Amino acid sequence: MGFFLETLISGLMAGMLYSLVALGFVLIFKASGVFNFAQGAMVLFAALAMARFAEWLPAWLGVEASYLATAAAFVVAGALMFVVAWLVERLVLRHLVNQDGATLLMATLGISYVLEGVGSSLFGNDIYKIDVGMPKDPVFILDSIFEGGLLINKEDFIAALIATVLVGLLTLFFQKTTTGRALRAVADDHQAAQSIGIPLNRIWVIVWCVAGVVALVAGVIWGSKLGVQFSLTTVAMRALPVVILGGLTSVPGAIVGGLIIGVGEKVSEVYLGPLVGGGIEIWFAYQLALVVLLFRPQGLFGEKIIDRV
Amino acid sequence: MSRQIGEVILDLQKVSLAFGGVKALTDISFDVREHEIRAIIGPNGAGKSSMLNVINGVYRPQEGEIILRGQHFSKMNPYKAAKAGISRTFQNIALFKGMNVIDNLMTGRNLKIRSNLLQQAFWWGPARREELAHRAKVEEVIDFLEIQHIRKTPVGRLPYGLQKRVDLGRALAMEPSILLLDEPMAGMNVEEKQDMCRFILDVNDQFGTTIVLIEHDMAVVMDISDRVVVLDYGKKIGDGDPDAVRANPEVISAYLGASH
Repeated sequence: MGFFLETLISGLMAGMLYSLVALGFVLIFKASGVFNFAQGAMVLFAALAMARFAEWLPAWLGVEASYLATAAAFVVAGALMFVVAWLVERLVLRHLVNQDGATLLMATLGISYVLEGVGSSLFGNDIYKIDVGMPKDPVFILDSIFEGGLLINKEDFIAALIATVLVGLLTLFFQKTTTGRALRAVADDHQAAQSIGIPLNRIWVIVWCVAGVVALVAGVIWGSKLGVQFSLTTVAMRALPVVILGGLTSVPGAIVGGLIIGVGEKVSEVYLGPLVGGGIEIWFAYQLALVVLLFRPQGLFGEKIIDRV
Repeated sequence: MSRQIGEVILDLQKVSLAFGGVKALTDISFDVREHEIRAIIGPNGAGKSSMLNVINGVYRPQEGEIILRGQHFSKMNPYKAAKAGISRTFQNIALFKGMNVIDNLMTGRNLKIRSNLLQQAFWWGPARREELAHRAKVEEVIDFLEIQHIRKTPVGRLPYGLQKRVDLGRALAMEPSILLLDEPMAGMNVEEKQDMCRFILDVNDQFGTTIVLIEHDMAVVMDISDRVVVLDYGKKIGDGDPDAVRANPEVISAYLGASH
């Protein structure tokens, strides 16, 4: 029982991180109707910026590396994501108003290549570490109930906490604010949104900015766990089945989807893995997404697809 | 009649618009007076919708000017137009399908909302009062259009006629001074048309809103409009009150085919 719970919890923690990346997808889709293929590249770019600035800033300013310097690096990286958002709007999206969804999708594919290229030429190609002072040591809890207690990674726990707070804030933003409503309006119909005086350009910058910050948070957490390297973009690929499962338009869906996939991966690997020779973790998410697509194409929480025939 | 037709509020001067080699509008001038119902008619492809899109800044004409309350705009854009009090409906309904009727109408209040993001997020003080005030205004529009029973229905699920009405509602929620209607009655049955006619006349009468309208149903146009502009192949071929336009030989030949 104790072992099962441990597996479950480590699955939940991993799932939380998938959720964070998935959230970036959902945000941009909800707010502009664009499926943003560049989300993975944004995570990588943000994490690279964070890792390198944390190194460079103390060197430039001639001070010791400290928490303050790390915080400064976070702010600088955040500002950089704002510049990225602004450039994306200026150079790409502005020229594609009222275009088909597929056109915009292709454009984001282009953006992802540019971001990866620019990212590695600005910040380098090596593996970097991000140290935000996350405690790495595991703790044991509930040892009165289970023999030897349950092993939990403090780092994972904090990450999950951060993700929860972030999700809460974003939900508030979307459901309760006028800007949130304007964002949803833009997602539904560009032309109509313009006609009622919603400034499309500003809205797009806001959305990409928020998605950039979410990417930064995800990047920092993943980065401090695994190190920053090119393979971070593949993390975003893992988030793809998460959004399919949860529904492209649902913030809670991204969370629950992430958790289901995180837990599913771990549990099936541990309990089914030995029967089929392991390796389930790699394909589990995609398989699950496929099944969901067959029976519920809008995802578990997505808006129902209504078509007039 | 209680309403009084006033001064010229919107003046279009020598507007020409081309898409590549295709001339959509050639040298068109006409004006719209305050509080009047001004119709734009013409056969298919005459440039009526293009004209409307020029007025609200979706298209930028290569030549010509839009003068709105004495202010010259050579470059209009939809945001400026909305700020200046122009709102519109669409020929093929362009509502926010995932949202319910109330939310759709609330988006129409977007420009009037002053409280900042943080206040809104926490539903705090001024933001709360403001949202409630806007909500009250939206409820007025809902009452006016007699759509109370569908307030919370996602608009994607509504029948066509009601969607058209919600589309009008969103435009009205902006409290426009000029309302542009792109074929408000297209595809409606007789009853729905009568309802829509009544709403248009009531808007004009009760709120004094100036209305520019494109419509194909001649009986309706001649009935409700004060003055009519006739376009054909992007050129203006007639302008005046309904009777004058009806008697204009050029207009008759454009509609019935010339008898050379």
